[in-house]
Amino acid sequence: MSQATLEIRAISGHAGSVPGAGVKRELEVCKLIDTTTCIGCKACEVACLEWNGLTFSETTFQNSYQTMPETAWNYWNLIKFNEHERDDGSLMLLMRKDQCMHCEEPGCLAACPADGAIVQYANGIVDFQQDRCIGCGYCITGCPFNIPKFSPQARKVFKCTLCADRVTQGLEPACIKSCPTGCLHFGTKAEMKELADHRATQLREHSGFAKAGVYDPSGVGGTHVIYVLHDASDPEVYGGLPADPHVPWTVQLWKKPLKWLGNLAIVAGVAGVFIHYLRYGPKTVPEDLQGGKP
Amino acid sequence: MTNGWIDIKNTDMMLIMGGNPAENHPCGFKWAIEAKRNRNAKMIVVDPRFTRTAATADLFLQIRAGADIAFLGGLVNYAIQNNRLAKEYLLNYTNASFLVKEGFQLPENGLYSGFDPATQTYDKSTWNYQEGGNMAGKAAPIDRPAATAAPAPAVLPPNVAYDLALEHPRCVFQLLKKQYARYTPETVERITGIPKDQFLKAADLFTSIRKDGDTKKVASVIYAVGWTQHTVGTQIIRTAAILQLMLGNVGRAGGGVNALRGHSNIQGATDMAGVFDLLPGYLKMPRPEDTDLAAYLKRVTPTVSKPGPWDSFSYWSNTPKFAVSLLKALYGPAATKQDDWAFHYLPKIDRQYSWTQLWDRMYRGEVKGLLSFGMNGVMIGPDTKKNIAALKKAEWLVVGELYPDETSEFWRAPGTTTEQMRQIQTTVYRLPCAGFAEKDGSFTNSARWLQWKNAALPPPGDARLDQDILAQIFLRVRDLYKKEGGKFPDPILNAAWSYTDPQHPSLSEVTKEINGKALADLKDEKTGQEIKTGQQLPGFAWLKDDGTTAAGNWIYCGAWTEAGPQLARRGTEDPSGLGIYPNWAWSWPANRRVLYNRASCDVEGKPWDPSRKQVWWNEAAGRWVGNDVPDFKADSPPKDHMGPFIMNPEGVGRIFAPLAAFAEGPFPEHYEPMESPVKNPLHPNQSNNPVVKKFTTAEDVYGTVEQGFTVICTTYRLTEHYHYWTKHNPMNVETVPEPFVEISADMAKDYGIEGGETIKVTSARGTYIAKAFVTRRIKAMLIDGKKMHQIGIPIHWGYRGIAEDAGKTANTPANLLTPTVIDPNAFTPEFKGFLVKVEKA
Amino acid sequence: MDTTRRDFLKVAAAGGAAATVFGFDLAPAYAQLRELKIARATETRSTCPYCSVSCGVIIYTLGDRAKNVTPQVIHVEGDPDHPINRGTLCPKGASLEQDILNPRRLTKPQVRRPGKTEWEDISWDNAIGEIAQRVKKTRDETFVEKDASGRTVNRCEGMAFTGGCTDTNEFNYLVVKAMRSLGVCYLENQARV
Repeated sequence: MSQATLEIRAISGHAGSVPGAGVKRELEVCKLIDTTTCIGCKACEVACLEWNGLTFSETTFQNSYQTMPETAWNYWNLIKFNEHERDDGSLMLLMRKDQCMHCEEPGCLAACPADGAIVQYANGIVDFQQDRCIGCGYCITGCPFNIPKFSPQARKVFKCTLCADRVTQGLEPACIKSCPTGCLHFGTKAEMKELADHRATQLREHSGFAKAGVYDPSGVGGTHVIYVLHDASDPEVYGGLPADPHVPWTVQLWKKPLKWLGNLAIVAGVAGVFIHYLRYGPKTVPEDLQGGKP
Repeated sequence: MTNGWIDIKNTDMMLIMGGNPAENHPCGFKWAIEAKRNRNAKMIVVDPRFTRTAATADLFLQIRAGADIAFLGGLVNYAIQNNRLAKEYLLNYTNASFLVKEGFQLPENGLYSGFDPATQTYDKSTWNYQEGGNMAGKAAPIDRPAATAAPAPAVLPPNVAYDLALEHPRCVFQLLKKQYARYTPETVERITGIPKDQFLKAADLFTSIRKDGDTKKVASVIYAVGWTQHTVGTQIIRTAAILQLMLGNVGRAGGGVNALRGHSNIQGATDMAGVFDLLPGYLKMPRPEDTDLAAYLKRVTPTVSKPGPWDSFSYWSNTPKFAVSLLKALYGPAATKQDDWAFHYLPKIDRQYSWTQLWDRMYRGEVKGLLSFGMNGVMIGPDTKKNIAALKKAEWLVVGELYPDETSEFWRAPGTTTEQMRQIQTTVYRLPCAGFAEKDGSFTNSARWLQWKNAALPPPGDARLDQDILAQIFLRVRDLYKKEGGKFPDPILNAAWSYTDPQHPSLSEVTKEINGKALADLKDEKTGQEIKTGQQLPGFAWLKDDGTTAAGNWIYCGAWTEAGPQLARRGTEDPSGLGIYPNWAWSWPANRRVLYNRASCDVEGKPWDPSRKQVWWNEAAGRWVGNDVPDFKADSPPKDHMGPFIMNPEGVGRIFAPLAAFAEGPFPEHYEPMESPVKNPLHPNQSNNPVVKKFTTAEDVYGTVEQGFTVICTTYRLTEHYHYWTKHNPMNVETVPEPFVEISADMAKDYGIEGGETIKVTSARGTYIAKAFVTRRIKAMLIDGKKMHQIGIPIHWGYRGIAEDAGKTANTPANLLTPTVIDPNAFTPEFKGFLVKVEKA
Repeated sequence: MDTTRRDFLKVAAAGGAAATVFGFDLAPAYAQLRELKIARATETRSTCPYCSVSCGVIIYTLGDRAKNVTPQVIHVEGDPDHPINRGTLCPKGASLEQDILNPRRLTKPQVRRPGKTEWEDISWDNAIGEIAQRVKKTRDETFVEKDASGRTVNRCEGMAFTGGCTDTNEFNYLVVKAMRSLGVCYLENQARV
């Protein structure tokens, strides 16, 4: 699954065509997270820290095994722990790995005004390019999963890259590789969907989880990180996994109707300049203001 | 482990109890998940807390810490009452049919026959088999004591009496049935706190593999120190072994009794006899009555004891070969026949020198010096305070470590004033050692795999390789004895140390020495195979007791042969699909991956389950063959009825463990922990283990409910940390930054404690301070009808570490709380299930 | 013309820098990927020192073991060939890089003298010399050749050795050889507790 020649599908803050889009066949990658076999060991958290060389952040005990309340600019992968009592009184310890979902229709990218600060590769990875990031934080409001986080030091926004550097070289992401129980799995979207459906069926038929199912929310066009849940009808209990995530309407408005209006305004502006030129000719600069000859 | 990590994937049923593999062995636990995913295997988790292992279980039961034998005994009873037994296995592969001596009594009053209250010891002579042959339908033979005055030391009878109908009232099966008939579901509930209906659900599920005479399915028992660290730890494991023998699960793929073991080379350390009572390869330490090698060998070499028509390999009958080869490896040319193979060089022990006793005698001033390599004794406990007090009395301490640890800094433990420090006369040397990445050498994992590792970089700064430090100290001592003379210098001067560079012994040379080599030309008369002088031995079958072979550890013989380092092999093929990986590394003994695998076949030598074929009898070849190396005499045909448990003199598995096998008795009995909130519901007058080892200094105090210690406490590790090591590691500190105490939401309500609030836990010995972790994963329990609270403390914090140095903890090691009381068989302290009180700090 | 990926990125980045007012440029580099940090590092196969599962690990060190390179660990990852862990690691194994490179590691021998409140540095030679003398003195003072019944026991009861859980088999064997030859009875290990 080498992505050595990266094809780009979408670019933030970019009005024109996307170079190379649709030119080549491209496999879409996907991360499968089976919460029913997650043991909350945090191998994925540490593997992410280690591989990405993220800095140490000070944490405090919060009456939970959970490392911190939510992901941070230097902590991209966080297991959310929830003690959940079922209707029959039995207890479940729900553990869900939280990270960028790599949406098919990424709200962050839609919201981002900086040209090329967020790109979506044809393989589905949504990647932040910090050298182009202007630190405006619009991506944070655009994300229905509360993932991108602003770094006050760098004045940039950071999040999980799905280890694009590894994936490009034909390796699986660091979290996937580390996962001891195999609750994390990596492959093409089609394969992961199939595996997830198979597992959900097994949970329904053999483990007594009648509502087991797969989380691949259509509100964001599907995601390149999908979950198997014991109870797919209630994702909120897994540390606030949104039941029906959507890109916020403000972002949609700004990126769709308003954007076209904006583009129209630009075109009108250019046309105006041209007409102005036709009518009045080039602007002349007085000789003395052009500076002396060498 | 009788089996191995990958083998867990072959199971149909798991009982995980006394272990928390999802947290402590995550990468091994994947194979439990694989069994669930690929075989729809069921997982039952029994633990004092709803752990992260429990999160993936099909059934979780919360048990009171220290009540394990009651639960397992209840399962034994359930299996017998409901005929969920592997009948053929039980009859042929265990001692169920053996008759036990007249006069043997079950502990209905809490004591087996032969107890002497004055000395708190047992006369175990009735804990033996009856002599006599087939007793089917015959009256019970009377066992008349011999008229001679001085009783000979008790030995097993060669010709055991037996009843294959399993009906004789003194046959092991009938005694077993009687012993555990008392462990009814109601009694289980009273002792363990597990409601009867839940217990029955678990019992039915676990034994369902033998429903309707099914012999194909297999169940695995998976445990760790949650069973070991009790005053009845060994007997808890015994109960599991009995259960697995009754269900016919030992020796089979996906079965077994699987000790997960806690650390990378704990298995290897035990194999190599890093413990006072053993020599390498599980040879027993000599005792003073072993006045020469012959006397020692006579004492420790078992003789066959079995029903007449059956056969027994009794592999320990080769003990003399292992012992002489070891002495040749240790003392080289100095070990000669004339000099009794230098047997007198070895110390002879007549009492126990185990961990807790070591610290006790240091506290008493008898142990004056301690060399400690990679072992943080102060923190490991039990009773940190006593251990620190003991070190203050020592003359010298040498610590070889990677990080600044609590043991080397005992003299400035929290609360020690400068004035007090000036009083401490102990000299402490702290030597920087090499980490795993800086050393080669081998570790043995809990699946008994020896694996060679390579060094990636040199040690940092002036740090040195551990083996170099040890060699340099030893050789310097030897020089002193050479120059100055001294007490009995012979073993020091003659220990074989002829490594190419004696100051820097190469570990590959040492491994070769451990494997063993021929000291003379050897020839196998049967096969004609020859081994020349100096060549590496291919396996322990070649060992001799005449000084023509040397081997540092007989069970490791085969690890580094003439064919090269077998323990460094990297073959990834697994032709059987059972996860055997015969060409990856090397497994002791003889590269066998599942122990006792003869028992994976029926009496005819055919696998119980043809879809999980490990070994089988090949009639045409006249041999046992298979996917695994047969753990058996390769040419013993099924008709000879040789027992599959070849290390036992009986050849069969021991449901009844005779004579001195265990201190408390031949069958496990539930005894309360040393500090218990209730009197033993089975026999209140004999509440604790009658032969438990307690200590008697002023520091050794035990708490009672009457003194206000009403809460049951257990200690454990977290998945994010590794003992007292990763507290130096920022990433691990980040994931779990602070110590805490897990308490139930019920208890928090009763005590008015909020999550995150700092609380104080006090035992009779010390105080632990940390934040409260209020959770619904622990619940209040009804024990013998009384409501009780149980709490848990992770052990990872001390007084040197990132959080500690930053002043973010109370600097109270968890082992300040734990009692100095030990299991009389394995000498392991009772870190689980002691009493405390809890207060707001 | 051969264009490497890196050259391509450079060219593309230059193009990107010349982004136009209207954003209608055709060939910007929107995918400047981080380099794979272990691309040409040296791989050493080892075994995780933590629990008894014995996961295979690969230690990646800077440089190719050439004479003029001091190896520095840059990453540790699971060994995918290892049949048990198959490349996976737990949170402790995943942080091994930090265990190896930890600034808290001990790097020089030290001694704390009786009555002192601080550590002092000591040379290896002096440390080993002093320890050897103490071992001999304690042994000679506490050695028991015969027990009360006159049987040879050859025990040194005044001294103990405790070994750790990450000591290699070979080290443990040398310990048995050295300590039992000294007559040490208190030979114990993490394995007990």
